[in-house]
Formats: sequence, C-alpha cells, structure tokens
Amino acid sequence: MTVPVLELTGVTKSFGERLVLDGIDLSVNEHEAVALIGASGSGKSTLLRCVDLLVEIDDGDVLLDGEVITDPSVDVVEVRRRLGFVFQAFNLFPHMSVIDNVTLGVVRGQGVPRKEAVERGRSLLGKFGLDGREQDRPDQLSGGQQQRVALARAFAAQPRAMLLDEVTSALDPELVGDVLEAVRELKAEGMTLIFATHEMSFAREVADRVGFLHDGRILEIGSPDEVLGAPKEPETQRFLRRLLAAGRI
Amino acid sequence: MTKGARQAAREKAKTARTRRGQAIAVVSSAVVLGGLSALIFTSSGWPDVQETFFSPEAFRTSFPDILSAFWLDVKMFIVIEVAVLVFGLLIALVRSSGNPVFFPMRMIAAVYCDVFRGVPVILLIYIFGFGVPALALSGVPNDPILLAGFALFLAYSAYVAEVYRAGIGSVHQTQTDAALAVGLTRTQALRFVVLPQAVRRVRPPLLNDFISLQKDVALVSILGIVEAFQQAQIFAASTFNYTPLVAAALLYLAVTIPMARILDHISARGEVNA
Repeated sequence: MTVPVLELTGVTKSFGERLVLDGIDLSVNEHEAVALIGASGSGKSTLLRCVDLLVEIDDGDVLLDGEVITDPSVDVVEVRRRLGFVFQAFNLFPHMSVIDNVTLGVVRGQGVPRKEAVERGRSLLGKFGLDGREQDRPDQLSGGQQQRVALARAFAAQPRAMLLDEVTSALDPELVGDVLEAVRELKAEGMTLIFATHEMSFAREVADRVGFLHDGRILEIGSPDEVLGAPKEPETQRFLRRLLAAGRI
Repeated sequence: MTKGARQAAREKAKTARTRRGQAIAVVSSAVVLGGLSALIFTSSGWPDVQETFFSPEAFRTSFPDILSAFWLDVKMFIVIEVAVLVFGLLIALVRSSGNPVFFPMRMIAAVYCDVFRGVPVILLIYIFGFGVPALALSGVPNDPILLAGFALFLAYSAYVAEVYRAGIGSVHQTQTDAALAVGLTRTQALRFVVLPQAVRRVRPPLLNDFISLQKDVALVSILGIVEAFQQAQIFAASTFNYTPLVAAALLYLAVTIPMARILDHISARGEVNA
C-alpha cells in the first residue's frame, strides 16, 4: 500500500480550557481532495493550521509522506516549504507587487533563482486569469483576484499538498466562481488538497471525500454522495438541514 | 433647457462659487494679517523691539559667524539622526522579539527606553557633559561635542525605538502567518514582510522626531559648545541686541520647514495608499 501524503493520528489541540481538536484521525492520499465541512468553530481552520505547523498541537501526530512532522526535532520551516496554505482573508503582502507576492517564498525560502521563479509565477498567474497584473499591488485587485494570487503564491512553491482555509468565505458572491475555478485547476493538476469550505455544491463536485467536523471530531467521512447525500450521523443531518433552510445548498 | 445648456450653467455656477471662495479667503487674510500688523507696528514699544530684534545692521554683522557655527548643528544632527535610525531599530527589534534568549536584553531595553524618554534632554546633556569627564576613565573621550551628541543620541534612540515598536506591533499577525506559510524563517518574515510595512507606517512620526532633534541640537550650547544658538548669544550678550538670536532662529527654520513639508507630502501619500 502506498504511503498517504498526509496522515493525522489522534491530533488534539486546546486553546486554554477550550478543546478545539479532540483526537482527529485523517489520511489523505496523493492526488486526493478532501473537503472539511462543519459549523463555524467546529475546528476546521485549526486543523489546517495544525497541519501547516502554524499552531502547535498538544497530542497526536501529523505525518507528511510518512515522516512525523510534529516531532519537536523537525525543522518546521522546511516542512512548511513542502506545504501550501491559503487563508480565508488572502493575507497577501500589501507592500509587494503581485509577482513578488508569488515569488517571495520560492526565491527566499527555496532558493530558486529569481528569474526562474518569476517565469513560474507568470505562467501560474496566467493560468488563474491574472495575465498582465504582475506589477499591480494587491489593493488594486478585487477580492477574487487577490485570492487567486494567494492560490498562485501557495502553488508556486510546488508543495506536496495544499491546505485551503475557506478560500471563498470572504468574497462577494459574484467573485466566488473564479476562485473555485482556480481550485478546480489545482485539482486537475493532481494537487493533493484539504479544503475547509461552506460551499456544499463545490465540495460535492471537487472533493473525493468529505469529512464532517463537529466539536473537534470528525463525526463522519466518506464520499460526497454518502456524507452530503445520505448522512448517517444525526449531527450531520442537522447541519445539512440548517444549511438547506438557509438556502445555502 | 437642453442637457448641454444645463451643463454649461452648472459649470458657470461652479466657477462663480470657486471665485467667491477665493475672494473671501483674500479678504479675510488681509483683515487678519493687517489687523495683527497694525496692532504690532502701532504699539508704543514697537520702535524699541524693532531695534532690539530686527536690526538690519546687527543682522549683517552677526549672520556670517552664526551661519558658520550652524554647520556644527547640521553635522551633529545628521550624524545623530543616522545613528538613531539604526540603534532605535535595534532596540525595537529586541523589545519586539519573543525569543527567551533575549529576555535579559529585553528587560534592559525596556528600562533604557523608560529612563531616557523620561528624563529631560537638557539634564541628560548636563549629566553626560559634566559627569562622564568627572569619572576620569581612561579611553573615554572628554570632548563635550561627542558627549553632548551621545546624550542626544541616547535620548532620541529611546523615542525612535518606541516609534518603530509601535509600527512593528501594528502589522497584523496574519502577515507573519502568511510569511511563515510560504516557507520563510521567522527572521526572513520580519525582514521581508513585517519591517517594510512597519517602517512605511511610522515614517511620519519618525520625521517628526527628527524635526524635534534638529532644534534640540541647540541644547548642547549649555556645555559651552559654540553652535549657532551659542554664537548668537555671544553676539547678543556683547551688544545687548537680540537680532542675532532671530538670525539663528531663521537658520533652524531653514532646515525644519523643508522637513515638515516632506513630512506632509509623505503623510498625504500614505493616506492615498491606505
């Protein structure tokens, strides 16, 4: 059997008294896309941040290509270079041009020659519909364009997997489509993905598996048809009913 | 009325409004300035004041010496400003760092900022100018210019360190997260992401502190150093005419006003960007 790209075993995290992740087990194979759904505060973001070592876990292990990356002796910077992270609020560097945003990590982090990094960045920006915007500042772009720059920034480092934290939640509805198109593109390229999302139709379309998080645990995980179509857990059913009532599905 | 005609009418009204505004500004300026001048120039003491503070002859005889003394002020504040920019940043970095290795340095830096911001600059110049030579340490310079300059350097580095620190604190944590997420080390995140944004934001208060330093250089005169203010005082004391002090004031203005305009320019640009 092949080694999963990402594997979480018993991952636990508390913020003070509050238990945010309560023994998460999850394994993601190469080229697989896993969607995480669940109410706000269910632990989706924290889970992704723990995998990228932006948050230190309390217990359990995270493995990247079979290597335990949550061991204290592991070089966290080196691990993060093998993972891409995209934030809900884009978090672009406002003082840099679009192309510098995309190439900063590639040049400074990975030591790729600037020229090569710029070439790679340009072609990615083109792929995401941002031709000719290389020299713009982030504040000259729409939210949807900024988020596509952020996707390009994370993808430019050629990571083993990408972690997408509700990448469309901060966008006006009419801008969501282009960003989802960019994520589809990543999936088509064979990128291994874990994405937290509120877009159920998108999860159904792109994800190979969907996991439902509730109170820091994965209550149910399976194919989109199973989890979204015929959920077994009462909590999942309640969550989906609420979304349906709110017109979000 | 056709659309074109209405537009023409609107333009005309707008021009009239602008003209009227300009006219009001001119008239009110004339009234205020004229009133103030009348008040001053018709006062019974004006001829004496004019002779004591604005004597063309006293100005002519004192100005060349004051100007050459002013070069010392210029040299001092340029050197001190550069040193303050570097040392202030260093202190701010130490104070902003969360690294436990820096704990003792962080403590020292905090005490340093509190003390040197809290003591009047003039006292610091006294303490350094008279106290350090009194220690009679070998290898420590006794030159009052160096000692006074060092006192100003320490005082202003404390102010500037706090300005930098506020700037660093104002850059949101999410920027550091993003920098780490693209694979930068903490040091690289600081250098390429946090500091450039922090420095950009604090340019106006930094320049403000420099305007203040350019004037405070005059305080070194208390150690008997002959810079512009001291030179002006020497003239004033020997002739009982204060025009030389006005001449010195003009020289300080000649450097601080351009600086203030640069500051306005940068602030305005900052608002456009924000």
